[in-house]
This record gives sequence, structure tokens and C-alpha cells, in this order.
Amino acid sequence: MKAFRIISRNIRDAFYSVFRNFSLSLASISCITITLLVVAISIILSYNVNNFSSLVEKDITIVTFLNSDIDEASRNDVGTEINKMGNISSVEYQDKMDITKEMMDSSETFKNIMGNWSVEENPIQSTYLVKVKDINTIADTAKKIAKIQGVSTVKYGEGMVEQMVSIFEVVKKVTIGIVIALVVVTAFLISNTIKITITSRKREIDIMRLVGASNLNIKIPFIIEGLFLGMIGSIIPIVATIYGYVALYENFDGQLFSPFIKLIKPEPFVYTISLVLLAIGILVGMFGSWKAVRKHLKI
Amino acid sequence: MNLIKMSHVKKTYKNGVTAIHDLNLTIEKGEFVFIIGSTGCGKSTLIKMLYREEKPTSGTIMISVINVGKIRNSKIYKLRRKLGVVFQDFKLLYKKTVYENVAFALEIFGTPKDEIHTKVLKALDLVGLKHKAKNYPTELSGGEQQRVAIARSIVNGPKLLICDEPTGNLDEETSMEIMKVLEEINKIGTTIIMVTHDTEIVNRMKKRVIVLDSGRVVRDYKEGTYIHESI
Repeated sequence: MKAFRIISRNIRDAFYSVFRNFSLSLASISCITITLLVVAISIILSYNVNNFSSLVEKDITIVTFLNSDIDEASRNDVGTEINKMGNISSVEYQDKMDITKEMMDSSETFKNIMGNWSVEENPIQSTYLVKVKDINTIADTAKKIAKIQGVSTVKYGEGMVEQMVSIFEVVKKVTIGIVIALVVVTAFLISNTIKITITSRKREIDIMRLVGASNLNIKIPFIIEGLFLGMIGSIIPIVATIYGYVALYENFDGQLFSPFIKLIKPEPFVYTISLVLLAIGILVGMFGSWKAVRKHLKI
Repeated sequence: MNLIKMSHVKKTYKNGVTAIHDLNLTIEKGEFVFIIGSTGCGKSTLIKMLYREEKPTSGTIMISVINVGKIRNSKIYKLRRKLGVVFQDFKLLYKKTVYENVAFALEIFGTPKDEIHTKVLKALDLVGLKHKAKNYPTELSGGEQQRVAIARSIVNGPKLLICDEPTGNLDEETSMEIMKVLEEINKIGTTIIMVTHDTEIVNRMKKRVIVLDSGRVVRDYKEGTYIHESI
């Protein structure tokens, strides 16, 4: 009961003190708002870059061309062999007749030339379209597939794929690094701003000490105040993220510049980001207050 | 019975200045004691050690059964809850009302609301400011502000009230009003130690007077008056 009274009093006092020290609270809140906005933008960017690169990686296919004279039994054997390997996420068979038909349907010129071919004359080879789980070891997997009896050649965009994968790796690391750096800078900035606001209330802390408040008694209201500041400061970034991202998504029809670059769907993406922003705001606000008060409690 | 017993207390600051030299002093329960002396004689240091704002370099200070010099920083609040302190500059929170300023000292221990209400009004009544409970300190005169500070310091019912030049900022008439309030508090059994410069007050009150000079007790009168020449 006593603890409950102390806690409810602390929450009430923290709430009032946000308004009683309004100009300084406003300084902390605007600092949190601005930095969280930058954090929100960088998180959205980095998630989209990561999403885009993993979509591209998922799309990379090893096209396995089979020998022209292969019979059905050996063809199935090749399929089973491939499926047995590790690192395979999907295998899809495409018969040469289907490919031919698809090509003929796609253009009039193809239709004129290919329409005259008999089954034996048709130079197109049946293929297995293989997708891998780990893009980094695609070269090994492709080599293994090439060795299977009945496989004529294997293509997966050698050279270009490796280059693209390594670029994506760098981009991913850089964007994650930027987000982490921003969060740290935010924490530092916010805790400093709160420190200034608390220094101006040294008198209040001294009086609290004088009338017999324990260190914990003094810290808790300030920490709760930090929590409120963080919460209020994250409102604008959250609203901006939700409305801004949905507007961006709808404006570009879910893709940026070309159908190749797909944006992440707003739901539940924006809500996840909102929660992250709220958590950063609250934690950093509390941490900043705690650090600032601690300084004043040392004699 | 002794409330305060100081034995061989010495205080040397970090900058090498020794403010108190081998001080021995006992103060009985219920006494009203003036500590006087010229600027820099160590009187502020002496009372700061009593509420553990400063730590003695050597010697012991006992308040009741508490060895003040041995209290850890994180436990100072336990001592502060047992005594009241009043300052020259009142140390009120200007963004809180008179009532809230006094209630503040009780709220931090989680005292129930009804009890806070009763105790705050009783303390304000004692200093004659019950009717100003809803005002803010800035709306009060200096003397009234000091009375609020006194109400705050006694609301917990402390055994000891330490006053550091409580009338330093007030005119003669107001000062005597404050002294009347302090005398009332003393009558109900609270021991009072008051540091002052004010000769008029000391001469009128006829209480125990301890004179400090260069960190040493040079006079200790039972019902003393302020003799200017002695300082």
C-alpha cells in the first residue's frame, strides 16, 4: 500500500513537472522528436534496401540445361539428385516443348521460325530451374549440379551474381551501421538535453535531499519524467512514419522507379517501426534522466 | 539527557583549511542553543556536520544513538528524516503551493493522504499560516516564507531543529515573529540549534549561547547574552 502510494505520487509528480518546467521539457521533447525522425527515416531506408536485396537474391536461379537426348527416367534422376543436395530451396522442371510454346507465344518472329521445327530439330533444351537457400555458396552448388550425369550446362549469371551479392552485403552492413550510430547519437543528444534541464533543477534535488528523500526517492520521479518526455517526443515521429510511409507507398504504387525495386508493404511494417521508435524514445529518455540525476546525488 | 555529543571533532577541508579544531560539545534534549561567532569562525561547518552535509575529519558526533560521521552517503536520508533544517534563503519550491511545500516532506515516505493533510495543517497552524495554504511562496512576504520553511522542517515531528541564520534576510520585527514561532516549537520539546549574527535576538531570548572563534568554543553561557567584545 505504501509502495503503491509512493509510485502513484511519483507518476503524478513526474507528469506535473513536465508541464511545470514546460520550456525545458519542450527543449527535450523537440530534441527527441527531431532525432527520432532521422532515426525513423534511416530505419525505413535500411529495411527497404535489405528487403530489396533479399528479394533480388531470392530471384537468382541456376538454370540447369539437360542433354537433348535425355530420357524421362534419367531426367527424373537428375531432379532427385538436385533435390538431395543441401542449399536447395526449390527445383522446377521446364520441358523444352513448354519453353518453345512460351517463346512462340511471346513473339510473332519466334512463332514463324520455331513453328517449322520438328521435335528432333528443336535445339531448345529442357531445364531445371533451381533456387538456392544461401546465395553465397551458389557457385559450389552450381558446380555440383554440373557434374550430375545428364546435365549439359549450368548458368546462373556467374560473375555478376557474386559481385551483386558482395555489394548487397556491404550496403546491408552500412545501413545497419548507420542506424546503430544514429541511435547512439540520439541517446547521447537526448541525455545531454535532459541533463541540462535537470541541472537547472539542482535546487529541487537539494531540497529533496534536505527533507530526507533517499537517492531512490529522488531518482524515480526524474526517471518517470524522462519516460514521459520520451513518450511525448516520439508522437510526431510515429505519426509521420505511419502517414508518411503509407502516402509514399501509395504514391509510388509500392515500387520505386521500376517494378524491380519493391517497397515493403506498410502493414505491419509501420507499426513495427512505431514501436521501435517509442521504445527508443522511452529508453533513451529514462536513461538520460537517470544519468543526469546520478551526477547530482554524489557528494 | 544528551541529544548531541561531539567529542574531539576536527574538520579540515580539502583545500587544507581547518574550520573546526578539537571541538567538544554536549547539547541536552529540549535545549535552545545559539551558536554565534564572526564570519569564518566555523559555525556553518559545525551545523553542516550535524545534518551530515559535511563529514568530520576526525572525532565523533552522536545525535541520540546515531554516529553521524559514520553514516554512508546513501543512508543520509535516514538522519535527515529525524531532524529539521531551516536556512536563511528558505529553500522553498516556488512552483509548489505552501501546502505542497510542507506536504512534500511527508509524501516522499509514502505517508497516507489523510495523515499528510492533518499534519500539514497542524504545522501551518503552528506557524500561523493555515490561511495561506493555497498560496505560492512568491505571493508571501519573507517572514511568511520562512515560516513555511519552518513548518516544512517540523512537519515530521523531529527531535532536533537546526536553523542556519533563519532571520538573516528579515527585518527586526519579522525576525522576532520567527523567534516566537521557534520558541513555541521549543516549548513542545524540540531541541533547537540556531546560528545567528543578530545581537538583538540573542540578547532578548536569554538562552544558552555558544561562541565560536577560529573553530574553537571560546564561551558557553547558560543564559547568555551576546557580548560584542568577546568576538
